[in-house]
Amino acid sequence: MKEFTKTICALATPPGEGGIAVVRLSGPDAYPIAARVFRPANPEKKVEEAKGYTALFGHYLLEGRPMDQTVALFYRAPHSYTGEDVVELSVHGGSAMAQGLLKALLAAGASPAGRGEFTRRALENGKMDLAQAESVMEIISAAGRQGAALAAGALEGSLSKKITALAGELVELRGHLAAWVDYPEEDVPQLEESVLRSALHSQIAQLDQLIKGYRTGSILRQGVDAVIVGSPNVGKSTLLNLLAGYDRAIVTPVAGTTRDIVEERIRLGESGVCLNLFDTAGLRQTGDLVEAEGIRRSYQKLDQAGLILAVFDLSRPLTREDLELAQRCQGRPAIAFFNKEDLDPRLDTQVLAPCFKAALPITARQEESLPLIESAILRVLNLSQLDPTAAALTSQRQLEAALRAREALAQGLSALDLGLDALSVCLDDGLDALYALLGRDPTADLLEEVFSKFCVGK
Amino acid sequence: MEYHKLGSYDVVVIGAGHAGIEAAHAAARLGAKTALFTISLDFIANMPCNPSIGGTAKGHLVREVDALGGLMGIIADKTFLQSRMLNRGKGPAVHSLRVQTDRKQYHLAMKQALELTPNLYIHQGEITALDRQEGRVTGVFTQLGGYYEAGAVVIATGTSLGGKIFVGEASYESGPDGQHASTALTRDLVEAGLPIRRFKTGTPARVHRRSIDFSKLAVQPGDPEEELQPFSFMTDFPLHNKVDCYIAYTNPRTHDIIRANIHRSPLYGGMIQGVGPRYCPSIEDKVMRFSEKDRHQIFVEPCGENTEEMYLQGLSSSLPEDVQNAMYRTIEGFEHLELMRPAYAIEYDCLDPTAMKPTLEMKALAGVYGAGQFNGTSGYEEAAAQGILAGINAACHVLGRKELVLPRHSSYLGTLVDDLVTKGVLDPYRMMTSRSEYRLTLRQDNADERLTPIGREYGLVDDDRWARFTAGQKAKEKELARLENTSVKAAQLRQAALEAGVDPGETGGSAAQLLRRPGVTYAMMTGIIGPGEDITPMLVQKIETEIKYAGYIQRQQRAIREVARHENTPIPEGFSYAGLQGLTLESREKLEKIRPATLAQAGRIPGVSPSDLAQLSLALLTWQKRREEGNSHD
Repeated sequence: MKEFTKTICALATPPGEGGIAVVRLSGPDAYPIAARVFRPANPEKKVEEAKGYTALFGHYLLEGRPMDQTVALFYRAPHSYTGEDVVELSVHGGSAMAQGLLKALLAAGASPAGRGEFTRRALENGKMDLAQAESVMEIISAAGRQGAALAAGALEGSLSKKITALAGELVELRGHLAAWVDYPEEDVPQLEESVLRSALHSQIAQLDQLIKGYRTGSILRQGVDAVIVGSPNVGKSTLLNLLAGYDRAIVTPVAGTTRDIVEERIRLGESGVCLNLFDTAGLRQTGDLVEAEGIRRSYQKLDQAGLILAVFDLSRPLTREDLELAQRCQGRPAIAFFNKEDLDPRLDTQVLAPCFKAALPITARQEESLPLIESAILRVLNLSQLDPTAAALTSQRQLEAALRAREALAQGLSALDLGLDALSVCLDDGLDALYALLGRDPTADLLEEVFSKFCVGK
Repeated sequence: MEYHKLGSYDVVVIGAGHAGIEAAHAAARLGAKTALFTISLDFIANMPCNPSIGGTAKGHLVREVDALGGLMGIIADKTFLQSRMLNRGKGPAVHSLRVQTDRKQYHLAMKQALELTPNLYIHQGEITALDRQEGRVTGVFTQLGGYYEAGAVVIATGTSLGGKIFVGEASYESGPDGQHASTALTRDLVEAGLPIRRFKTGTPARVHRRSIDFSKLAVQPGDPEEELQPFSFMTDFPLHNKVDCYIAYTNPRTHDIIRANIHRSPLYGGMIQGVGPRYCPSIEDKVMRFSEKDRHQIFVEPCGENTEEMYLQGLSSSLPEDVQNAMYRTIEGFEHLELMRPAYAIEYDCLDPTAMKPTLEMKALAGVYGAGQFNGTSGYEEAAAQGILAGINAACHVLGRKELVLPRHSSYLGTLVDDLVTKGVLDPYRMMTSRSEYRLTLRQDNADERLTPIGREYGLVDDDRWARFTAGQKAKEKELARLENTSVKAAQLRQAALEAGVDPGETGGSAAQLLRRPGVTYAMMTGIIGPGEDITPMLVQKIETEIKYAGYIQRQQRAIREVARHENTPIPEGFSYAGLQGLTLESREKLEKIRPATLAQAGRIPGVSPSDLAQLSLALLTWQKRREEGNSHD
């Protein structure tokens, strides 16, 4: 078997609205990486000991937080699609969950799979015959033809400009170091450590902004998971229906009607931001087992959500459940909606409001509330200042390159204490990552910088 | 002319400059009966430019040549005048040794080393054509009507091939230092289908020592005697600085004279068509391109112990002799300068190196290898490094052995060759540390670890060198283990650290752990835990660097493993790119021109994208599968 050193991951199901999304992880470290990201529900079970053709149920972790329910399917080399160790992780589709899972896997040491890479590995490991290989080849080269046509405009204008500027600064720095090192006896001034340090900090900050922007961008593209929570019958489903524009959840005046999480994907008017809305069972103490399970899920959803829409009934006095919910929302991207504005206010909003990023009275049944709700949501998601023309990373690949550049430069900062040779190598790695985004090789630009800026050579 | 057969050789080397001599020596050592042809025996290992060997990245190449079993380092140490370890304080990866050598002694010592090499036959004579049969070389013809059979040929013609010297309005056919040019061979190489082009380079004047007022110049002595390091891993005699170098500066008056006479420069007057090196600009280039600089530095270097000639590094020029005289005399200390050899520019024929495989063999002509300036490089060290590789491979070609390809991550030599054959060159190529992405691993101190086992495998490394190398490795491993296993208390380190003005840290640990802290040195550690066994200064450098840079070196090792797989995926010679419809036209054309030997090399061709590479990799697999299935039906 051919030895591939990288462990790769990618979405194996078509992107979009499917019920289940499968992320495939393949390579020598598939098991250790899966173990870092996937936590089996049964603590006795160990991912690394899982046998081939078995499955485990659990959830995945992103930045230490437990996320969506996940089913892991295990394959042991050579009995897998690629012929390598493979772990396939299934999460709920049609949401940001699969993206979150990919992000977690990348952070745990996996690399994004290149186009056709799973297939190539399968082929190299003798898992395909020639006919299969040729048909795959045909598909890939067709995609390549399209890709080639698109390549010229591959980087969107403002992103290309931003990356070019960053790369330009880095070339200047690196060129100076190169001249200083390769021409030690000529009068090339030494770069002050403080200059290097602040240049690195500035580059890292700009990359951070791009990386953060990818999150914002992915909210725009994939939608943010928003959960609607509150005590029974305060108007959660009414709010969902108002946002969705039609009756989706069963709305009745009987408390405890919504026992399951209901998903709805909506697009907010002007801004175009997508919300993946989850209506939840009302939160209250209950003896009903089915309802209790619904409530447990509601709380779980609440902890994972990217946006919490908490609904309270203005016409009812404050309850213990209301307080618990408010405390749970503290520090989270949460908005309090005080519903039934039209009725007599009996709720003590002063106690609740400080726990939330925003709080507003609404009447969920009335469409006039919509613009107010929308602007509050944008504010809480930090999207009010959203500039759709700003430079933004738009693919996982671009994100990975930006992360790679950032990591190299951060390494460069710590190399400052060790030696400038180590620093210069880190700068090279950073340059490579940025130039990979531009689809070019930095060497020529670097030499041009050295010999155009510095009068060196015997 | 009627030709008479005079002999038969396995390998014929054309040219006895720094490339040719290493090639001939290596081929002979591998057991090939080898002939070395030079236009004049008195120019063997001539230094037509600096009387020095090494410098940034070039010093790395010298150590690599030495580690493989070559001659350059040994002879440089033997004819040593002075040396400096450049870039101290900029990190161990870029430490570079430069040695001032005695130019005449270097020639004599090298000539004798070659004369004493078994299997090697030295001939004075100009090769005018190659005998070619069905795309491969079978012999060489000489100017005097001689014919020699040859199984392989190394072309190392330097600036002598079609050489033409320019000084102001005057120009004449010549090689360097009055050696006559090789005028016939180019036509034959063009006929053989090799892409030949014209490059130019230049060299500064040699002047009389007595005419310089050294009191007006700054002295540049060698490193302190106790710090002097040899080039060769084999040198064990003590080195002594015998001479000083000096530093002078041009001034605005110098620049005025240059500007006023710039039209008389053949380069600016349009007489020279050849492409000059960015890395070696003439003084007129410097003045015209960097007009804001009011002075340029000049190094004054002695050419030897038995000569009064001094070399003026930094003043390369092709201006007429009268202008040269006038401008030199504006320089402080040079007021009464006596010119001995004027500066000149030289234009010569060389190869587009993308015509070669990574073995340095011509794709279009089997058995012919290129090395040195002929391949579009500049510098003695670059030449020597290619020479040793071309010599090894020419011998292997004849002896039916597997030829040597050095990947980028193995060496500066591997990096140099890959750059040449994959990216090509637009002007004479100079090695720089920045060109190696693996430079933390490719240090001059560990050239032996990287290359001596390869030299041994190919038969260039003798028992003496091998024994020294293995003993050194044992001592190093033992010492690394001792440092890992010996614990040191914080209090023990504190004294030594405070004396050196270094923060000792709060905690103790193994000696190796403490050594990782900034500013803590191996010497501090041995001060506490006692000296290591058989630890030479060279080993100290290795040990200290390996421990301090462990994290960064591991990172590079990972990157190296990552490319190694593609490095090991060959592209068959007859592979057709025509069927790869998904490639852009540009990458297909480039791939067809370069015809990379491996997938890794394909990926380094400028303009070949990762997506192109993915398709290529798949196409290779299907190609292979088809052949396997085809074969199984036979």
